[in-house]
Amino acid sequence: MNARLLPLLATLVIFLVAYAICYAQYPAMLSTRVIGNLLTDNAFLGIVAVGMTFVIISGGIDLSVGSVIAFSGVFIAVMLRDTGLHPVVVFALLLTLTTLFGAAMGGVIHFLEMPPFIVTLAGMFLARGMAYVLSIDSVPITHEFYEVLQRSYWLMPGKGRLTLIGGMMLIVFIAGIMLAHRTRFGTNVYAVGGGVQTARLMGVPVGRTTVGIYALSGFLAGLAGIVFSIYTSAGYSLATVGVELDAIAAVVIGGTLLTGGSGFVAGTLIGVLIMGLIQTYIIFDGTLSSWWTKILIGMLLFAFIVLQKGLVWTTGKRRMAGG
Amino acid sequence: MPQSDASQPLLRARGVRKIFPGTIALDGVDFSLQAGEVHALLGENGAGKSTLIKCLTGAYRRDDGDILLEGASIDPKGTLDAQAYGIGTVYQEVNLLPNLSVAENLSLGHQPTRFGMISGRRMNADAREVLAQYGLDIDVTRNLDSYSVAVQQVIAIARAVTLSGKVLILDEPTASLDSHEVKMLFDVVRSLKQRGLGIVFISHFLDQIFEISDRLTVLRNGQLVGTEVTAEIDRVKLINMMLGRELEQEVRSHGKHHAAAGEPRLSFTGFGRKGSIEPFDLSIHAGEVVGVAGLLGSGRTETAEVLFGVAQHDSGEARQDGTVLSLTNSRQAISAGFGFCPEDRKTDGVIADLTVRENIALALQAGIGWMRRIPDREQKAMANDYIRKLDIRTPDAEKPVGLLSGGNQQKVMLARWLVTNPSFLILDEPTRGIDVGAHAEIIRLIEELCAQGMSLLVISSELDELVAYSHRVIVVRDRQHVAELAGYEITTDNMVRAIAAPEREAVH
Ligand SMILES: Nc1ncnc2c1ncn2[C@@H]1O[C@H](COP(=O)(O)OP(=O)(O)OP(=O)(O)O)[C@@H](O)[C@H]1O
Ligand SMILES: [Mg+2]
Repeated sequence: MNARLLPLLATLVIFLVAYAICYAQYPAMLSTRVIGNLLTDNAFLGIVAVGMTFVIISGGIDLSVGSVIAFSGVFIAVMLRDTGLHPVVVFALLLTLTTLFGAAMGGVIHFLEMPPFIVTLAGMFLARGMAYVLSIDSVPITHEFYEVLQRSYWLMPGKGRLTLIGGMMLIVFIAGIMLAHRTRFGTNVYAVGGGVQTARLMGVPVGRTTVGIYALSGFLAGLAGIVFSIYTSAGYSLATVGVELDAIAAVVIGGTLLTGGSGFVAGTLIGVLIMGLIQTYIIFDGTLSSWWTKILIGMLLFAFIVLQKGLVWTTGKRRMAGG
Repeated sequence: MPQSDASQPLLRARGVRKIFPGTIALDGVDFSLQAGEVHALLGENGAGKSTLIKCLTGAYRRDDGDILLEGASIDPKGTLDAQAYGIGTVYQEVNLLPNLSVAENLSLGHQPTRFGMISGRRMNADAREVLAQYGLDIDVTRNLDSYSVAVQQVIAIARAVTLSGKVLILDEPTASLDSHEVKMLFDVVRSLKQRGLGIVFISHFLDQIFEISDRLTVLRNGQLVGTEVTAEIDRVKLINMMLGRELEQEVRSHGKHHAAAGEPRLSFTGFGRKGSIEPFDLSIHAGEVVGVAGLLGSGRTETAEVLFGVAQHDSGEARQDGTVLSLTNSRQAISAGFGFCPEDRKTDGVIADLTVRENIALALQAGIGWMRRIPDREQKAMANDYIRKLDIRTPDAEKPVGLLSGGNQQKVMLARWLVTNPSFLILDEPTRGIDVGAHAEIIRLIEELCAQGMSLLVISSELDELVAYSHRVIVVRDRQHVAELAGYEITTDNMVRAIAAPEREAVH
């Protein structure tokens, strides 16, 4: 079997085992209701984590996404409050804005040869600051179109609801998987992550790819912002602090190497679901402090980093013996 | 229909200049390649061969000069552009991506698509078909890094060939190939030549140059020395052109006689590791050079790795001056006075961002511990000493190693282990990618070291070289030590026979 599938498999096994444990204690957790909620509650995180997966596979990082989500919420709320624009128009405006924002960061990273960490850290402050400028208070969204969006769902067998935003996340994941594995852009992302210098010598358009990656991440952060505003019916500049870190955690738990070059969008979906599952378990239990979520995720992350190190080490070893 | 119209070269460079800080890498170089010819590019390490290739293919911006393809001026902005013009290149550095599959590496940038989606099945089938031409039947869906360096090199060549509609450029493609693979490559090159492609071939193996090339161009210190028809030039004249001087080289037809006196310094008995090298006996005296000959993948490198503790041995014991030595990891080997200069400088070799001085001091510093820093002045003296001894072409000791030419990086690597002054030094292919002049220097250095009492184990594919410095030669085949030659028995003929001989018919 291909060694690079191993982290993905490990994630899948952990998810299934975790779910089995939950099911043994609370059989209700296997209902489509719980699954529906799992998808709805984590929709914005999942969407933004898809973008983060591309960024990390390319060997970069995007710290700005949490702030971009908050900015998106405030932008939508303020626009709907102060202008007569239809939400769809506002969405289009917003997505253009966040995509350009991401592209600009990618451009700085590539053309000025700056580390992604610094550039997107600056982007993080900038986006959060813009959100404050628009409004310091939480701005409620009351538009009939929003109610339509919130009320649309598909009733799954077993009375579970696949909401619009939950479904949206699944579509984004499918599109992400196709983009990663079935397009030239996707292969170029892996190539850049494998080694910029070599990729360039092989004829990969490194600049275009880097700009594209951060533009994609910006676009998906904007989309996550829309989803989050539908989820909460408000825009608040202090919302989603630290979501970029949750997204990074989901990507790593999903089996993507932080060093770049290797990983799977599908793994990220499982990563998001594992994190959601832990949260659901704690809610079901009722007595545990919600901080246990953080502790468990921390432990999982650590275990995964060790697993990946071990994997890199053993494959390196094997090659030596075989050479 | 190959266009052999001599007035119209296929690819032509006129007055190409390239200046790096501190170095004029190319100083107004002219070069012309005809359709249907193999044109060799020669010169010492750091002469500017790789730089010329990179300027021609747009990987570097040239500072001056014109490039003409079929008479029309072109200006490739990058490798992708060059590929679009039909110029495929295997650069000297790492050429492929270890984290992509073999098929992805082969097709990167021109994957077969349907409705914008890559067709994985077609991509893999194409890859299998391409590699079959090189006699490679491997799983193309696996990651590139699950294959050996030699296989990777073949894949890199295959990729360049598929990309080259008009010109194929190969920068030291044969450095890590064995003779069988070289023959296969040359067959491919000849058939491309038949089809009217122009091929640029860079190598330090003069035999290969004489075998495959029609014409050759020599560079020295970034300047054009001249272009000659290969059939009209001999070895001595060629070396003269390259070095700008005569090469004093003692030609030896058989190994040195050396009556090893007294107890050996090191003796290994029944040493081996399952699945990588069968148990073998080996003893080495002070001041003795033991050569290791064998094909690539025959167990040569494995022998070195087991001795140095990189791969732990699972049978046998080692004795140093009679006392038993524990050799389960490389740390123990280093503290026992061993040194090991590995074959693949790209993965376990030089650290590109560190300076020449830092790279040279690295192993010595690691040996005495990072707390006791070697004073800068001492480091500098050491570095300058080896820059002179090995003729490392660099403006000064403070240049990052990554900016040196390939061969000069190899010399830095060698210097790193020489400064630790080990009592037993293992060298795996020390002269790979090194020019004829420096080659002779290194052979002289090996002799000097052993005269000072160092014991050496030298692995090499170049049999002439083994003859020149070995007191004894071990021949490895199929992960087994199959023969040992000493003194006057060491001749290239005997080694070739032992390497090729089927089981029983050993040399003695
Ligand atoms: N990126 C770079 N920056 C600075 N100097 C460089 C760079 N690349 C090459 N050089 C310098 O240019 C000169 C020519 O190097 P080049 O790599 O072309 O040599 P070469 O003929 O290919 O040698 P070799 O046989 O060792 O591969 C060397 O002195 C080298 O140090
Ligand atoms: Mg070179």
